Amino acid sequence: MPDTVRHYLFIAVPLLVVLAVAPSVYNNHLLLFNFVIFFILAQGVNIIYGFTGYLPFGYVGFFGAGAYGFAIMVMHLNAPAPLAVLVGGAVAVVLGLILTPLLRLSGAYFSIANLAAALAVLHLIANPALEQITKGPYGVALNGTFNPTMAYAGGILILALTLGIVVYLKNSSFGLALQAVREDSFSASMSGVSVVRMRTIAWRASALVAGLAGGVFAWYVSVFYPDNVFSADFSIFAIVFALFGGVATISGPLIGVIILYGIYNLIGFTTPQYFQLIYGLLIMALVLFLPAGLVSLATRRGWNVP
Amino acid sequence: MSPDAAPILEVSGVVKRFGGFHALDGLSFHVSPGEILGLVGPNGSGKTTAINVISGLYAPDAGSVSFAQTQVGGMASHKLVHLGINRTFQVPKPFMSLTVKQNVEVARTYGGATDKSPPMADLLEEYRLADVANRPASDLTNAQQKMLDLVRALATQPKLLLLDELAAGLNPTELDWIAGRIKALAQGGLAIIVVEHLMGFIEQITDRVIVMNAGKEIFEGTLAVAVKVPQVIEVFLGGEHAA
Repeated sequence: MPDTVRHYLFIAVPLLVVLAVAPSVYNNHLLLFNFVIFFILAQGVNIIYGFTGYLPFGYVGFFGAGAYGFAIMVMHLNAPAPLAVLVGGAVAVVLGLILTPLLRLSGAYFSIANLAAALAVLHLIANPALEQITKGPYGVALNGTFNPTMAYAGGILILALTLGIVVYLKNSSFGLALQAVREDSFSASMSGVSVVRMRTIAWRASALVAGLAGGVFAWYVSVFYPDNVFSADFSIFAIVFALFGGVATISGPLIGVIILYGIYNLIGFTTPQYFQLIYGLLIMALVLFLPAGLVSLATRRGWNVP
Repeated sequence: MSPDAAPILEVSGVVKRFGGFHALDGLSFHVSPGEILGLVGPNGSGKTTAINVISGLYAPDAGSVSFAQTQVGGMASHKLVHLGINRTFQVPKPFMSLTVKQNVEVARTYGGATDKSPPMADLLEEYRLADVANRPASDLTNAQQKMLDLVRALATQPKLLLLDELAAGLNPTELDWIAGRIKALAQGGLAIIVVEHLMGFIEQITDRVIVMNAGKEIFEGTLAVAVKVPQVIEVFLGGEHAA
């Protein structure tokens, strides 16, 4: 069986099936939805960081842009929710196009510029002068499209798309070339790889999934403020989850979300007073002992982790 | 080498400045298919800069680089690779976290390998990498990483190969072996430019050398003649030896 098929059958499909049936056996629907969102965002970070080495501290910019793309379509054009979600994805891709010059920067400079860009988009949208269009800082209420069940299903579809992209990257020569660019861009160009083209494609794919996730999030919650959908927590969580599991793999970011977001909610419910302490220690332990993520426990032994 | 063969690469009057420093200051030379040209000169004379300009890392500030009758000065590296220029690096630059096979696979896929290209297994066997084919490049010794760099370059089927200090750090047995390999590549019609400090190695493999100093050529001919030219002796050993 080719690896691509195995990765779909044994990683993507089981996860999607579990998430699809979970609402019928577990009643915290919002929590399940948040899991779906973080699976998407962690894999989105994986696409850009794992395969190209650009760490997007402002990743939430795409998510927020997608949420507002959805909101504007619904508020001003009465668009049906699924169409508005697609527009949310498109808005994020356009934002990605505008931010393409950031890819000229490397390392921490890229991360900081990306963070600044996300803040700029937040303050543009939250500007009271744009109240007619975005409702400015006062937030939006989209009662007409409120439908958590459908939004949850939409989230699962977007997760399926995202997993499809990651499985493709993991198994294709395109993904291999991206990793080559990450390792050494000049050697990659001396292998005939068009470095700029590769990076921009990965960047836009990563923007797309975050924008779609933002759109479906807006659909699900229906009432939100700019600070909610541009919260730095989204960027930080997505990055920490992806790194904790291990990037440039399909399973790493998924494991990261299951364990860390699971623990996050468990501590949050049971012992909220120790929450930040335990969570902080856990992340420090990760950085100190497993900088390449949980999957490195296996790869160190020479096992191949999909 | 046939001395009458038309040059595949012609460098003329190339200038490359870094701020006020002229790393290349009107460099001109040519190389023909099947020829091995040595580029020698003291440290800082512009040898590696010349390689970097020809392989597209830097755009020349003046002058022209023409490859197979096409002006290629300032062209993007991946396009030069598709035209048939490739190189190795002084400090080998393989894709460290990828396996040896994957390293070569990228070059084969994107460098325009065809059905006529040598199969990967043969290349790995020929350059003594078959045993480590499935290991990450970071596990390799420096000498093996150099060979991987070379195999990566060869996988794109170049017509012009630039070797930047490939021999440095190899032991005498390895040197003889790689000298044989380079000569065989030239006999197959490849034009090769070798930058090297080991004069014995240069003597052994090159047909002709260009001696560089301060960004331009000061001598062109065989190494045996070069070592008798006062100007060459002066830049290598200092003025008092030239008399």
